[in-house]
Amino acid sequence: MKDDSAIKIDEVRELAASQRWPGGRDNTANLLDEPRELSAPMTEDQARRLMAAPTRRGFLIGGAAALLGLLGWRWMPEETRAKLLRGTFEFNEWVSRSLYDPHRLAPEFARGEAADIRVNGLEGMAQSIDAADWSLTISGLAPARDLALSMGDIRALPRTEMTTQFKCIEGWSVIVNWAGVRFSDLVARYGGAAKLPGYVSIATPDNGYFVGWDTESIMHPQTLLAYEMNGAPLTPEHGAPLRIASPLKYGIKQIKRIGRIEFTNERPRDFWGEQGYDWYSGH
Amino acid sequence: MAKHLERKHTLATRWMHWLNFPLLGMMIWSGLLIYWANAVYSLRLFGYELFHFFPQWFYDALGIPYNLAYGMQLHFFFMWLFTVNGIVYCAYTLFSGEWRGLVPVPSSLKRAPLVALHDAHLVKDLPPQGKYNDAQRIAYTLIILMGIGSVITGLAIYKPTQLAWLTSLLGGYEWARWEHFWLMIGYVAFFAVHIIQVVIAGWGNFRSMITGYEIVDAAEDLPVSSQASGELA
Repeated sequence: MKDDSAIKIDEVRELAASQRWPGGRDNTANLLDEPRELSAPMTEDQARRLMAAPTRRGFLIGGAAALLGLLGWRWMPEETRAKLLRGTFEFNEWVSRSLYDPHRLAPEFARGEAADIRVNGLEGMAQSIDAADWSLTISGLAPARDLALSMGDIRALPRTEMTTQFKCIEGWSVIVNWAGVRFSDLVARYGGAAKLPGYVSIATPDNGYFVGWDTESIMHPQTLLAYEMNGAPLTPEHGAPLRIASPLKYGIKQIKRIGRIEFTNERPRDFWGEQGYDWYSGH
Repeated sequence: MAKHLERKHTLATRWMHWLNFPLLGMMIWSGLLIYWANAVYSLRLFGYELFHFFPQWFYDALGIPYNLAYGMQLHFFFMWLFTVNGIVYCAYTLFSGEWRGLVPVPSSLKRAPLVALHDAHLVKDLPPQGKYNDAQRIAYTLIILMGIGSVITGLAIYKPTQLAWLTSLLGGYEWARWEHFWLMIGYVAFFAVHIIQVVIAGWGNFRSMITGYEIVDAAEDLPVSSQASGELA
């Protein structure tokens, strides 16, 4: 003897087989005791009449909403749209910075996994510089005076090495071994006791390339002032004598050939931030 | 033959379904604006490249400007709307009990191929079904899981240091980007099948996603009152 559900399935099969698809799809759920919400039976004319108004209303509302969205987006002044999208970047930054935890570290890799990295931008490096003449200017850090550090001063600070993933905003990544000085070690050595300003502006000697960092990201233990890459001194096209290396932000923020560092409470200018990219660009 | 008006989709489901259409569309379009800057994926078979994502004509045809910054602006704007719509939908479906008609049942895997054979006009009878047939149950549940997958893989690419554990779980940054991309291809494939099925299923089925109601045949010849009662909600 068949159980109930088997009988029902047979009934459905018969029903389905007796009707041409897609009509055969109907009326199976009630036979399987699945909940259905059915109106009282009515004639086809009555059903059509009842459906007319909601159909019209649905299309009107849907059409109006689609049109409004489309035209709103189209006719929105360029300025307003830019403001909205920039505002979203800033909102996203606020969320990211609210949830930021300086103790979270980017994964580090085996030294052997490091590979060569493509040279993707030479902004701010149009002229060649003389390494002997180079010095790093730091303002806003030590109370009331600017610092001018030589490479010797930098090398005298604790050396840190890390093998991390470099991520370009274009979407590619490569594992690179870096050696240099933790930005935070430099601050510890030369900074005063006072609380640091909120931002750091970093620029090439000719100001041709400049980036802005939030202080919490630049003070992260994996943000380096790097002078070596993959076991060799930085080459000019990779930012000799000193560049930023950090898995905290995209490559656009890891400025090469640093000439000037300035601590500031004002949000610094940012080369790619001014071209429509996210100022924060943080990971 | 007597008819019923059957309540198929609630107002909330319908709104979120239709909202998701332009939102996912914008996510995909802006995603392509980001992807072109490092367009490295292709479909390969035995080392032979069958299709590279994407050929020039594709970018031209879809009006995809080579504008990474604009792509990121749009992607990181619409991600909020897409995610919020998805979360509200999941919560609603869960708490309203609508999930019952949607998630696959144990026999769905067995019956789904029968539905597919039926749809291909190879088998005459259709397995019994509720609001959705078993192929639909699997497809519609999968597409929701894919949506969750897109948010998760997206987060892993967006914050690979703060969410390093998540990125590692997905196999690393490069894999997360690959997964994020293929989920998008999955949506496009779903969309193509979905449109074909909707067209085949016909006007009554389509209208039920707009009004919430579908006109269905009564199971047997029920007596019909002379006056249809009540207004539709």
